[in-house]
Amino acid sequence: MVLAAISLFVGVISLRPSEIFQDGAAFGLMLDSRLPRTLATLIAGAALAVCGMIMQMLVRNRFVEPMTAGTGQGAALGILIVVLLFPSASILVKMSIATATAMVSSIGFLLIVRRLPPAQPLLVPLVAMIYGGIIGAGVTFVAYQWDMLQYIDTWLNGDFSGVMRGRYELLWVAALITALTYVIADQFAIAGLGRDASINLGLNYDQVMILGLLAISVVAALTVITVGAIPFVGLIVPNIISRRFGDNLRATLPLTALCGASLVLVSDIIGRVIRAPYEIPVGTVLGVLGAVVFLWLLYAGPKHAR
Amino acid sequence: MIVVENLSYSVASAQILTDVSVTLPKGGITALIGPNGAGKSSLFSHIARLLPMQSGRITVDGMDVAPSNRQELARKLAILPQQAHFATRLTVKELVQFGRYPHCQGRLRTEDHEMVEASLHAFGLMPLAGRFLDTLSGGQRHKAHVAMTYAQDTDYLLLDEPLNNLDIAASRALMALLRRLADEEGKTIVIVLHDINFAAQYADHLVVLKDGRIEREGKPADMVTGALLADVFRTDAQVAVVGDTPFVMP
Ligand SMILES: Nc1ncnc2c1ncn2[C@@H]1O[C@H](COP(=O)(O)OP(=O)(O)O)[C@@H](O)[C@H]1O
Ligand SMILES: [Mg+2]
Repeated sequence: MVLAAISLFVGVISLRPSEIFQDGAAFGLMLDSRLPRTLATLIAGAALAVCGMIMQMLVRNRFVEPMTAGTGQGAALGILIVVLLFPSASILVKMSIATATAMVSSIGFLLIVRRLPPAQPLLVPLVAMIYGGIIGAGVTFVAYQWDMLQYIDTWLNGDFSGVMRGRYELLWVAALITALTYVIADQFAIAGLGRDASINLGLNYDQVMILGLLAISVVAALTVITVGAIPFVGLIVPNIISRRFGDNLRATLPLTALCGASLVLVSDIIGRVIRAPYEIPVGTVLGVLGAVVFLWLLYAGPKHAR
Repeated sequence: MIVVENLSYSVASAQILTDVSVTLPKGGITALIGPNGAGKSSLFSHIARLLPMQSGRITVDGMDVAPSNRQELARKLAILPQQAHFATRLTVKELVQFGRYPHCQGRLRTEDHEMVEASLHAFGLMPLAGRFLDTLSGGQRHKAHVAMTYAQDTDYLLLDEPLNNLDIAASRALMALLRRLADEEGKTIVIVLHDINFAAQYADHLVVLKDGRIEREGKPADMVTGALLADVFRTDAQVAVVGDTPFVMP
């Protein structure tokens, strides 16, 4: 809450709380830019953290997240295809195609992961990086051919500076999807126990997989379209939460969302403040923060027994 | 009653189960024994619908083991696989609570909580209830998995080598508990055992599997003989009889 308030008042044009209600222009700025930006950061952070957690359950590996494992790149590929082939398509068509390519890309990743030896969990993130990298490179190559590199940049590198009223509302759909996943939080947690355990408990395993991947894909597509890919949130937050509170998703998903939202918001504020009036993209800040947090996680070691 | 009819299963060119037909009686403890690689786990996987059926038919109390009966089957039959290893971080209690999922779809009612408590209690897991599984010893974790299977409260329990990882006291306690479940609660327990002495001591019915075929079946007292060990396990161990229970000399 405090962070959200700070975010509202940090920016190139300085605003003081008292000005908003006296000054029409200030109020306008608030409504058109600051508020949407703050909301967009919160939603994207929460949605990506939750999706990271779900993906880690489905893949049964702690080191993957949608934005690096091909889902985000798949979404970017979809958008690129639409922009190239049907430039006049409505946002809904754009969305659907991006979701579809994100989904195909995620399923492809899952199929590869299933063939990896389960005894070597570190192979999975390695494969994820290569897989995501290949699709990302494909996207860049196509964009290069058609002279669209600057678009690619906005999709592949998340940045909230372009967020304004009228340009982020799609993210509310992502918020809705994220909230919906909570309804079947138990099923994702059970899927995390593996196929055999899921079937033993009467779960429709394939259906849970598909629903999960669909949710991840929609959220990835929406994020990439509105603000661009934001890496690491989906990795760091679920790992911290799991370390501290375990993997009973019904209990931990709300907290995951909250932490994701806070982390992205903090990163965005840092990015805006550190070199004001210029901005550092949120992805960069997150990268640095993420690396630090992750090293700390690795070296702090598992603190067991409670 | 679990009825397996003409079940065959092959992977690539390897024939793993060949025309298996067997009826596992309702009630009591049925032990499944056989050498390593005989196909015991594969047979279990088919009964618990973990593997798609290539040919043949399996029914549990007349209900076809098919994906369409997913939820009913989960309330009727539970399996503890040979290697239950979960990478997720759950506390013992949370794991056991998931055993109630087929009954309450995650929204635990009073009776579900009672069953979870009973299960934790039965396996002596009360002191460990709040601990994360990855902080436990192999044996303790194993007990937690058995407790989860128990909490599922099904008529049929399939346990694949549940005595692995357990010390002699825990092994005997688990077998005694299973015996009590069979005798007092009318549960049907099918169990893969490697220690033939445990099978002879606790089981009512013995099924012997070898090279993917049912080799023989019957009462332990009649079956556990030097001939069985020689024919099926290819080892010439002595068999003594203590009381009326056969006892394989190691
Ligand atoms: N997925 C598989 N692919 C190839 N061979 C398998 C597979 N699963 C089991 N087998 C083989 O099937 C045989 C029976 O295995 P299993 O049912 O685990 O035996 P048991 O439980 O009696 O020790 C073994 O020879 C094993 O190597
Ligand atoms: Mg086996």
